[in-house]
Amino acid sequence: MNTNGAEVKLNDLYQEVILDHNKKPRNFGKLEDPTGYAHGVNPLCGDDYHVYLKVEPDGLLKQIAFEGQGCAISKSSASLMTAAVQGKKVVEVKALKDQFIHLLTDSMASDATRTAVGKLKIFEGVKQFPVRVKCATLIWRALEEALKTSRDATVEVSTEKEEK
Amino acid sequence: MLTTAFDVKQIRKDFPMLESVMNGRRLVYLDNAATTQKPRSVIDRMSRFLKNEYATIHRGVYTFSQESTRECDLVREKCREFLNAAKTSEIIFVRGATEAINLVATGYGAKFLKEKDEIIVSEIEHHSNIVPWQQLALKKGLVLKVIPVLDSGELDMDVFKKLLGPRTKLVAVTHVSNALGTVTPVLEMIRLAHEVGAVILIDGAQGAPHLPVDVRELNCDFYCFSGHKIYGPTGVGVLYGKEKILEAMDPYQFGGDMIETVTFEKVTFAKLPAKFEAGTPAIAEIIGLGAALDYLKKIGFEDIGRSEEELLEYGTKSLLSIDGVKIIGTAPKKASLISFEVHGVHPHDVGTVLNEEGIAVRVGHHCAQPTMRHFHVPATTRASFAFYNTKEEIDALVAGLKKVLKIFR
Repeated sequence: MNTNGAEVKLNDLYQEVILDHNKKPRNFGKLEDPTGYAHGVNPLCGDDYHVYLKVEPDGLLKQIAFEGQGCAISKSSASLMTAAVQGKKVVEVKALKDQFIHLLTDSMASDATRTAVGKLKIFEGVKQFPVRVKCATLIWRALEEALKTSRDATVEVSTEKEEK
Repeated sequence: MLTTAFDVKQIRKDFPMLESVMNGRRLVYLDNAATTQKPRSVIDRMSRFLKNEYATIHRGVYTFSQESTRECDLVREKCREFLNAAKTSEIIFVRGATEAINLVATGYGAKFLKEKDEIIVSEIEHHSNIVPWQQLALKKGLVLKVIPVLDSGELDMDVFKKLLGPRTKLVAVTHVSNALGTVTPVLEMIRLAHEVGAVILIDGAQGAPHLPVDVRELNCDFYCFSGHKIYGPTGVGVLYGKEKILEAMDPYQFGGDMIETVTFEKVTFAKLPAKFEAGTPAIAEIIGLGAALDYLKKIGFEDIGRSEEELLEYGTKSLLSIDGVKIIGTAPKKASLISFEVHGVHPHDVGTVLNEEGIAVRVGHHCAQPTMRHFHVPATTRASFAFYNTKEEIDALVAGLKKVLKIFR
């Protein structure tokens, strides 16, 4: 068979962990009273997710959840992201986001990047399918937006406190 | 004398692209509703024109320019014949069906429709037959009404009849749904629209490749199609319009070729069809479209219809035999395309696995988000067949889908 390469590529893409998170996404649902929120859409393929955050005033991402629908890559990426960032400082989350996107978009990504993203490096197989890269990064872009709104939310909360 | 029977093996030899290899496998091309592959006769005709005959039209007194002009005029006549229009002046060359619809929305809609007038479209339209009307409606205070789709994929004709009224000024409806394959009852719809005095546009982008079209028998006011979906090149398409209506309309774009005299104060527009063809047209593409129409004529819609019907029937039966596949769009009259869901697997993942098997299908919302919404799916996988496809290719699709199910089990 001349499709051995294809088999390997597909196995790289659809690894067990990815398929598992696609089937049973973690932190799937809505958060009540989030401090940050964003809606991420990929209009071409219809991936559509909502991200909810609770960031504490000291900059700790205490809780994160997502809901929505999309392909296996986008959904498992979202699920694994929530597991990876929950409980981290916002600055660390941002650094992880940069490194994850770097890993998926730069062909010269280094082992240091791979180490830095830890478990998330399983998404590197997506690189062999250029049109699918945006599926894996969509949720991280949404997180980026949610963090921006979160900062505003924190400001609002503190202003209210001042007024009282 | 015996007539030559339709032989798909011979037909396939006319399409060089069908010999291509994708991801180590012979290409199985099942995305014909998006765009069709080109026969050698089209490729060769365009190539010969560009290599040995190329010159602009209408402007030159030199021989090559006169020849180009004559060639384009001949293609216009071929398009007239293809649609059985009364006159070549009713054939306007455009970039494609999208531009044709925009032309009518601007040239007819913006001129003749007034506040509170109503436009009717259907729920299964391609975005290109929704958005131009919606934008026109927003600009001019018109009302956009929608014929709902039934769960089978057919239009709800009872509702259509109720939507029609004295305020209905324009109906725009597709001949064949690109997302579901439904063939709409255009003949009846045209009659009903005319009963209330509305004009009607038929979007034939998906109709013209599969069904013989006779605009005089249909009696539609506008019909349009894209060249690249009927085995011709991209960048060219046709708008048919009844002469009287086209004459009353405003030009859509202004520039060279569409004028008679110009001063800085005023202009006299050219007569049909030039009035709607500002600027140098897609000359090589028009000539390629002519070659495509010649090719279709040679094969004939009888054979095209018969072979595509067989593929649709075989494809439907084959897909239904797979546990976990559900077909979206089950109208009794369908063109040769099948939209489907694979249980628990997003269409993009389906498409990625099939791609590795050398199979090209469309995944997504097919630029028909309202249709997707009706069927409560974000997207589907779509296999669309042309007369050059084979049952073996459908078997390959089935094997590919089984692999999808195995991976995502």
